[in-house]
Amino acid sequence: MSRAALLVLADGRFPAGGHAHSGGAEAACKAGRIHDAATLEDFCRGRLHTAGLTAAALAAAAALGLDPAVLDAAADARTPSLALRTAARRLGRQLLRAARATWPGAELEALAAAFPRGAHQPVVLGVTARAAGLGPGDAAHVAAYESVGGPATATVRLLGLDPFEASGVLARLAPELDAVAARAERAALRARSQGPQALPAASSPLLDISAEVHADWPVRLFAS
Amino acid sequence: MSGAATTDRAQAPATPPAGLRATARIRAAADGRGGTALPLLAGEGPLALRRTRSSSAAEAGVMLVGAMSAPLGGDHLTVEATAGPGAHLALASAAATLALPGRSGEPARYDVHLTLEDGASVRWLPEPLVSVRGSDLRVRTRVRMAPTARLVLREEQVLGRTGEAPGLLRSRLAVERAGTALLDQELACGPGAPGGWDGPAGLAGHRALGQLLVVEPAFAGSPPAAAVLGEFAVVTPLAGPAVLVTALAPDALRVRELLDAACRTYGR
Repeated sequence: MSRAALLVLADGRFPAGGHAHSGGAEAACKAGRIHDAATLEDFCRGRLHTAGLTAAALAAAAALGLDPAVLDAAADARTPSLALRTAARRLGRQLLRAARATWPGAELEALAAAFPRGAHQPVVLGVTARAAGLGPGDAAHVAAYESVGGPATATVRLLGLDPFEASGVLARLAPELDAVAARAERAALRARSQGPQALPAASSPLLDISAEVHADWPVRLFAS
Repeated sequence: MSGAATTDRAQAPATPPAGLRATARIRAAADGRGGTALPLLAGEGPLALRRTRSSSAAEAGVMLVGAMSAPLGGDHLTVEATAGPGAHLALASAAATLALPGRSGEPARYDVHLTLEDGASVRWLPEPLVSVRGSDLRVRTRVRMAPTARLVLREEQVLGRTGEAPGLLRSRLAVERAGTALLDQELACGPGAPGGWDGPAGLAGHRALGQLLVVEPAFAGSPPAAAVLGEFAVVTPLAGPAVLVTALAPDALRVRELLDAACRTYGR
């Protein structure tokens, strides 16, 4: 297992297109629900324990080698919002393009052939982690980190929030992020014998609602 | 959450469970004359069942009565309903269900298992579930349906009685159609739920939430479009012939208004 490969995959400069998505932060900023570092932290905490946990478990399961088609169907069932399914597949397609160039291998090629329109991003992330020689815990950490890193970076751009404050938010969430990644990895290990229903399906009604409301806006800074 | 459930079960045998266990069983079957018979209608304990008149001659109606006093902490209530081939069943409840604290400190469980066979339909439209201060309830709703079956399912959750802090409510809704998951979601809110549950990515101060799921094979050709029904209410097509309406509101009444309007649009 390579620690450096984990840094390459988790690096915000890895060209996987994530910078175009705010993880719901744009809608929350516009509605005034995020207006400073404290409300950003509460937003990130809520997202980490819902969408973040669910994504982390899917990524961990894919990194363990569970069937990506089964996991992609499980991701569909866990993503009732059409806007969020569309965003997840677009992000999956972009990540897969970067991953195939970075860590070429048969499993990534097979995934691209099976999902020409893109698989859910956490599933692609898990298969990518495998191709990079990383394990399920690594994949879960990257997914959990992305679930809060995206909104934090977006809020710096949307509100002009001090980047030092945004980094402080992420640092304070680190212990909870570790716990979520560990829980996701345990669930992925259970899913090996019990099937995808052993994976968490934690959801946030407000994130689902505001994703659809956001998709309806005529002008947006972020795609989701 | 399933990890915690496994642990509970492993520790259980030492002492018998303190709470009450009750299962209501319903089976609906096509009667061969265009109607639906109820060959099995068996309530138990606080889950009493009553036959009701239905709006349609083809449909059998069942009302759950007297669920008011339960579940208390430690209780385990189950409703199991099966609609056989071509049967049409409407299920409702007479009053809101109150999740109340128990003496044991154990969580209460409320399970609903619906099975819909070929060409069957079920409308499961219970009254709201109210999470009372100090309570700890886990709700599991599991639906297994044939590809030709139709479902209308409503869930409403209210956090606390008027002006009251809520208890801990964890619920999972899993719908499997033709052996594949159509919808799987978990919600946790109240004291003891993972952080941020009431924050800007959680309920943001709303005290009532509701969902209406409509599974309709006819949607396969032309699924209804996603639409914004209000600032905190949307309808979205699932990755299958189904739509899900999700609504947040300050109170139960407003959630019901939103879901009733959506039911008239999508549920017929």
